[in-house]
Amino acid sequence: MSKRKPYVRSMDGWWKKNPYFVEYMIHESTALFVAAYCLVLLVGVIRLGQGEAAWNGWLAAMQSPLSVLCHLVLLAGAVYHTYSWFKILPITMPPVIVGGKKMAPEALTGTALAVAAAAGLALLALVWRIAL
Amino acid sequence: MSENHKIIEIEVLRYNPESDEEPHLEVYKVPFTDDMSVLQGAQYIKDNFDGSLTFRWSCRMAICGSCGMMINGIPKLSCETFLRDYYPNRIRIEALAHFPIEKDLVVDLSGFIEKLEAIQPYIIPKEPKTLAEGEYLQTPKEFNAYIQFTSCINCTLCYAACPQFGLNPDFIGPAAMALLHRYNMDSRDGASASRMELVASEEGVYNCSAVGYCSEVCPKHVDPASAVNINKANAAKDYFLRFLSPKGGSK
Amino acid sequence: MSKYRTRSNAPIFWGLFGAGGMLSALFVPMMIFITGIAVPLGFLLPAGTMSYPKMLAFAQNFIGKGFIFAIISLSLWFCVHRVYHSLHEFGIHAGMGAKLLCYGIAMLVTVVCAVGLLGLGF
Ligand code: SF4
Ligand code: FES
Repeated sequence: MSKRKPYVRSMDGWWKKNPYFVEYMIHESTALFVAAYCLVLLVGVIRLGQGEAAWNGWLAAMQSPLSVLCHLVLLAGAVYHTYSWFKILPITMPPVIVGGKKMAPEALTGTALAVAAAAGLALLALVWRIAL
Repeated sequence: MSENHKIIEIEVLRYNPESDEEPHLEVYKVPFTDDMSVLQGAQYIKDNFDGSLTFRWSCRMAICGSCGMMINGIPKLSCETFLRDYYPNRIRIEALAHFPIEKDLVVDLSGFIEKLEAIQPYIIPKEPKTLAEGEYLQTPKEFNAYIQFTSCINCTLCYAACPQFGLNPDFIGPAAMALLHRYNMDSRDGASASRMELVASEEGVYNCSAVGYCSEVCPKHVDPASAVNINKANAAKDYFLRFLSPKGGSK
Repeated sequence: MSKYRTRSNAPIFWGLFGAGGMLSALFVPMMIFITGIAVPLGFLLPAGTMSYPKMLAFAQNFIGKGFIFAIISLSLWFCVHRVYHSLHEFGIHAGMGAKLLCYGIAMLVTVVCAVGLLGLGF
């Protein structure tokens, strides 16, 4: 008779056991911040369709101190999403070959973050142009 | 006692399948010198305190891949991890995470071996050549496309680092995917389509949520996370384009 | 091993997740800054940046409409995909119900967003 009795350990609480996993869980959670903002935006779209008064009501709601505070929190979450999304880019994306060599992970993340910053600024410039 | 005989406390997760219901920790006080690895610490315990302590090792030079264990919660090769780096703190060693414990520090690797078999880990030529036709030639560029993924020593540290494998033991996992990718990327091989069935399956790459810790702990810089994620894109391509391809992709 | 394997339909959700993650990583921080902080506080941008006529014109423009739709709907697909995975990671194996609920929410938001935007005309 076999004396084998392999013991399977529980996975309960695995994400607390290693700082790497804690960071993983935090960066995963940033999606909630992004989605919360998109729902605010969706309400805006609906209010826009209900006419000028409704839209101005939405704009006024966005001006409340609580709203601004919430958006500061959402901004922090969204910025961390951008950072972490591009931080893992070197493993999520096929290798980029520059001059016959694989681009270093730090260089790839750096380039991607620069592109993201440029995209954000381009959006700001566009909104500015529309506003004037 | 002289300077070169310091004492470090080593806490070991013990499990004897014949007498224990579950694993428990035991502490040993081990005298050590600065050149002693964690593996040598375990050997000292076995030789001096308890001959029944069970663990795997062979090469003592980070190449056979058999001495992996959790060292203070991090998967490492115990032969290239040194006691001096932990002293004066207590050091805790446990069997590699996510695998069933067979006895003490030895885990059951049969699931991993089955996965290695399942990926068809050998070159399946596009067109078989006869001996008379000569060898399959390869340029340095073609060689560079896969060489990194050949460095794997099957230590399974990456599985012990992968929570998705812990949550779903059927997941093909990092090292097997790295080896699969190694053959797919080899210019002499023509079997990536037949390996796709596994890649794109429920047990395949989509179990991965890009935690990335596997690549972090890999002692041979294989970057298995990259192999897994490149194949998500490949499997997606196969999923959406299979109706366009003449052979209809994999099932 | 000659075990029969089922093909995963994850590529659909993974594709939407990836597109949403990428798009939101590029634009959402600046959008939050503009609509949630700068405009409400009258900071940096000219007054009336988000006035009714301007925003209506933006949302009636083909590109503007497409942009808003892509950001809102894809970000939601991105989020629910992560939530669905997190349930599994926290050891809640809610199965098909959880899957339907998660992706159902994204689907609902996508439809509401599309209807809302189309309702604004061109
Ligand atoms: S990929 Fe790295 S960590 Fe994983 S088994 Fe191979 S050598 Fe070990
Ligand atoms: S004993 Fe061979 S890798 Fe450690």
